[in-house]
Amino acid sequence: MNWVLDNLPLIADRTWAHLATSLPAILAALLISLPLGWLAHRYRALNGPVLTGAGLMYAIPSLPLFIVLPVLIGTGVRDVVNVVVALTLYGVALLVRSVADGLDGVPPEARSAAVALGYPPLRRFLTVDLPLAGPVILSGLRVVAVSTVSLCTVGAVLGIPSLGLLFTDGFQRGILAEILTGIVLTVVLALALDRLLVALGRLAMPWTRAEVGA
Amino acid sequence: MNQLWEAVLWCLDPTNWTGPSGIAARSLEHLGYTLLAVAIAAAIAVPIGWWVGHTGKGRGAAVALSGAARALPTLGVLTLTGLLLGIGLAAPMTAFVILAIPSILAAAYAGFEAVDRRVIDAARAQGYTGTQVLWQIEVPLGLPVLVGGLRSAALQVVATATLAAYVGAGGLGRYLFLGLKTQDYAMMLGSSLLVVALALVLDGAFALAGRAAVPRGVTVARRGVNA
Repeated sequence: MNWVLDNLPLIADRTWAHLATSLPAILAALLISLPLGWLAHRYRALNGPVLTGAGLMYAIPSLPLFIVLPVLIGTGVRDVVNVVVALTLYGVALLVRSVADGLDGVPPEARSAAVALGYPPLRRFLTVDLPLAGPVILSGLRVVAVSTVSLCTVGAVLGIPSLGLLFTDGFQRGILAEILTGIVLTVVLALALDRLLVALGRLAMPWTRAEVGA
Repeated sequence: MNQLWEAVLWCLDPTNWTGPSGIAARSLEHLGYTLLAVAIAAAIAVPIGWWVGHTGKGRGAAVALSGAARALPTLGVLTLTGLLLGIGLAAPMTAFVILAIPSILAAAYAGFEAVDRRVIDAARAQGYTGTQVLWQIEVPLGLPVLVGGLRSAALQVVATATLAAYVGAGGLGRYLFLGLKTQDYAMMLGSSLLVVALALVLDGAFALAGRAAVPRGVTVARRGVNA
């Protein structure tokens, strides 16, 4: 506990760096997965390749990806951009399936009704398909948020700032409290983000309030 | 791209492959860690998961545990066990097992839950005992889901084993951190590519095993429906 009290500014610094790396990745993953998931849902021929590609992507370990990415996108090995891009890729790999599944699950009657009422395609997607697929996409996004926050720490072995630096520093200097602080904060941050997404989901999709007891 | 070429050359250089710390030995070590960790984790998690799936008891706890485990940072667990247990294989292996258990546990009980209740009711009506239902119905029908869980656990351990070189373990991560320390980018990138290849091969092997784990009766029934 003493270690925590003596190092509050450092902890705040690391937490901030952690959020600044993981939040953009989560948001980017969502923005990229929506059109990609729609493509996989709309065009059966793309369904297989997109989902297989996503599965393979997810099989690639994070640290090697952090190291291979700089060659492909022209950044330095210790650049935080590598971590953001890698985390985005993992997020997309998970979310694209949720988006496709969610859209697949939209009742055809609702879609036909919208077509019959003369909704143009984009408006139908935004006001009928997307809200009805929302709960499935949200549950995927929650998984992405939690695993992104957790994976973000791996960059620390390359010296990229996040809560993970508490692990590497604590290990090098033999400070158990520092490692424990890092673990607890990472888990708390992940779970807080998860709760936040649930709350946002209830705000955005009020009709799910009664059903979702989580 | 030039760097990528140098990394490939490093991977292909035969002098890098031989000896006790050659690529061949390190790859086997990496694979060995993974298989051992998954085997230990399965020995712990499968009986518990099957018990939860069969009896329905402790389901809430199992769901909460496997959900919360996703938030657990692998590097944190590794450095923690490294600091507590010191140098040697015990520390990283403990971390691997801790990280592999949740997905295996979840898959073991989820596999049972995916079994059609009518199949179990039919078996009971024919006089199957609880043990018979477990071994002759739930275990074989839940197997494909369980193999899926073993697959995610194995991939998790392959990734974590790469990191484990940071706390003094062997495996392909050794080259990665050696390259990082000596600024040998070809070695660092080359070993990264090897880890990725190992992960993809393992993923493919588990995908095949998952297909083989589907009981023949189920495959026949599916084909019958589709035909």
